[in-house]
Amino acid sequence: MKNRLARAGGLLALGITAGIAFSVAEAQQRPLTVVSWGGAYQEAQKKVYFEPFTKETGIQLIDESWDGGIGVLRSKVEGGTDSGWDVVQVESEELTIGCDEGLYEPLDWSKIGGKDAYIPSAVSECGVGAIVYDNVLAYDKDKLKEEPKGWADFFDTQKFPGKRALRQGPKINLEIALIADGVPLDKVYEVLATPEGVDRAFKKLDSIKQDIIWWKAGAQPPQLLASGEVVMTSAYNGRIDAANRNDGRNFGIQWDGALYTLDSWVILKTSPNKEQALQYLAFVGKPENQAKLPEAIAYGVTAKGADKLIDPKRLADLPTAPENFANVLHISDEFWIENIDRLTERFNTWASS
Amino acid sequence: MSSASVEVAPRQTVRTGAEAARLRRDLRRAGRRRQLAAIALVLPLFLFLMFSFLVPIADMLRRSVVDPDLAAAWPNAAVVLRAWDRSSPPDEAMFAALGRDIRASAEARTIAGPARRLNYALSDGRSLVMNTGRALRKLQGEPASWRDTLMSEDPAWGKQKTWIALAHAAGPLTDFYLLTAVDLERDAADRITSRPPDQSLYLTVLQRTALMSVSVTLLCLLLGYPLAYYVANAPARSANLLMILVLLPLWTSLLVRSAAWIVLLQDQGLVNDLLRASGLTDGPVRLIYNRIGVLIAMVHVQLPFMVLPIIASMKAVPPAYMRAAVSLGAHPAIAFFRVYMPQTFPGVAAGTLLVFIMSLGYYVTPALVGGANDQMLAYFIAYYTTSSANWGLAAALGVLLLVATAILYALYARLTNLGQIRLG
Repeated sequence: MKNRLARAGGLLALGITAGIAFSVAEAQQRPLTVVSWGGAYQEAQKKVYFEPFTKETGIQLIDESWDGGIGVLRSKVEGGTDSGWDVVQVESEELTIGCDEGLYEPLDWSKIGGKDAYIPSAVSECGVGAIVYDNVLAYDKDKLKEEPKGWADFFDTQKFPGKRALRQGPKINLEIALIADGVPLDKVYEVLATPEGVDRAFKKLDSIKQDIIWWKAGAQPPQLLASGEVVMTSAYNGRIDAANRNDGRNFGIQWDGALYTLDSWVILKTSPNKEQALQYLAFVGKPENQAKLPEAIAYGVTAKGADKLIDPKRLADLPTAPENFANVLHISDEFWIENIDRLTERFNTWASS
Repeated sequence: MSSASVEVAPRQTVRTGAEAARLRRDLRRAGRRRQLAAIALVLPLFLFLMFSFLVPIADMLRRSVVDPDLAAAWPNAAVVLRAWDRSSPPDEAMFAALGRDIRASAEARTIAGPARRLNYALSDGRSLVMNTGRALRKLQGEPASWRDTLMSEDPAWGKQKTWIALAHAAGPLTDFYLLTAVDLERDAADRITSRPPDQSLYLTVLQRTALMSVSVTLLCLLLGYPLAYYVANAPARSANLLMILVLLPLWTSLLVRSAAWIVLLQDQGLVNDLLRASGLTDGPVRLIYNRIGVLIAMVHVQLPFMVLPIIASMKAVPPAYMRAAVSLGAHPAIAFFRVYMPQTFPGVAAGTLLVFIMSLGYYVTPALVGGANDQMLAYFIAYYTTSSANWGLAAALGVLLLVATAILYALYARLTNLGQIRLG
């Protein structure tokens, strides 16, 4: 009996040791894992970044997708051990918060071409800009007889009956509500910084509350438009363009009053593949590689000189084209870093009632 | 060997005291061995439950009351804050401890922790801490008065509410999260008050969670009981087929089933097309991204958990009882309600309990097919764990759900005499 027990115990110990050893070995050999936003955007990245990178360097790369949220990154890093993710594409306020909290590896800019190789807004301590993009008003040209002129039309259910879709959460929507309510773009955050301004934004949203469908992932707005579920939606400009080009849709984009921002690549502090991660960032930072991305999806890129390599006809579809960029609002990171918790709570309460 | 000889044999052998003692020892040894074997068989499951269930739950309960963020980054300030009476104005020593800690944490880059924590309790809490930290990093040496230095950085440091919030965050324990979970907070005088209406959310959500779970349970019972009766009384071959049809949905992932309802129920979906084609409606009927969609999808997902226990209890009812009741002159309907149905109550009770408790924790289905005001408590728990990593509030909401479930379970047990049900 004792013998048998001892043997069983020994086997168990052996098994556990082997298991740990295996997982350690596996962690060391784990392929570089890049995390992005899924859907048409990630398909494009796969084609112009992920696959060519592996082909050129021989470094194995797997890609995953997420829907954002600093909490995801916090819990990945706070565990202290490898969480399976190396390079993540984050929104701008996630970049700042995570950098403050030490979730990301500070970048060694000399290894990715130097700070001068990028447009100034793409350079920060912990991240390098990946794309610039707009949150635009999108609609189906086949279904709407008249083009919506801006966010005011988005809130006009008399003129444009039907459901609308917005991203679930306060960010972007409060700005949109104020713009629709007649606040000039350069005054939006000034107004939103006051309690009356927040009330005003919620009151405006209230006026179409019954007509809103909330989306959570960037791939949803084109689906909601395509299925006829909504007549208008807020959306990332590239997804709408991709639906037109890849799925033969006839969606329209209203650039006037678009909300402009930038996403960045970061390397998680717990990544065991830091060298490969930097190699990846260097690869996707080269102008000749970045120039291929807008061909696949209509987002602006961050490397200096990349625009010269892009087909001029295509440049007109990008957020960075002068006529698209004429009247846009740059989303304020400072405002949202400070207020996202409280306004999300307020938003949830409002949406629940 | 007959039973008589077994009884007689020991009596004959147990004569001397020594023999009796030996026998008792052997018996005890055998008993112990059996016990050990039993423990060995149960042990793996016990350990599994321990580490995968009890330990995480205990940890979750703990997280709803512990508050380590501020104390980890500002150890000295935490000590003086804990000693503070929370009614007298903070003195220079407290300002000094806080100022020095803020400066040290700004240099060590640990300041984001307390900044995040204070932002939960104070508007502008994050910028208050981060901006002060940035300013104090530039400060050379010790200032004459830490109080004046901090106040000149931001007058908010002079407010009692700021210090109350600091004291509540100083740990090691806090009631902040649990209070928030029931829409309460502490005011500047440290009294418990209700939160402003535009931030009072969770009791409404809890109410909604309970209401939706009750609705789903009742709908499942309404649909499930007749179905179960049909399956239980069908001939063997069609009963098997029906059983497979009942079980089939369980082989598909919850996510897929919920997403499939989106395709079916949307404005241009199959159901609306049929409604229009049949002339019942002109325009599309809103069936999704609202309460109706959630109820349809949840009932679909939960139905097997109602039907299976009821079928089991129905199969255990001897058909002779019904025949006897009818042959004694009862109308078949009376016989059904007075003889048959009471015997299926254990199955009904088990099914409703199972469906109700599972519904309370629903997350994926309402998130997919519901609107913003159909989200149940689990949605907010998921939001606070994944999107904002506010573990304290997520844990407190978990505690709220756990307590609510326990109370509802106790009520249910009272009402249905739960002792009769065997779930396992």
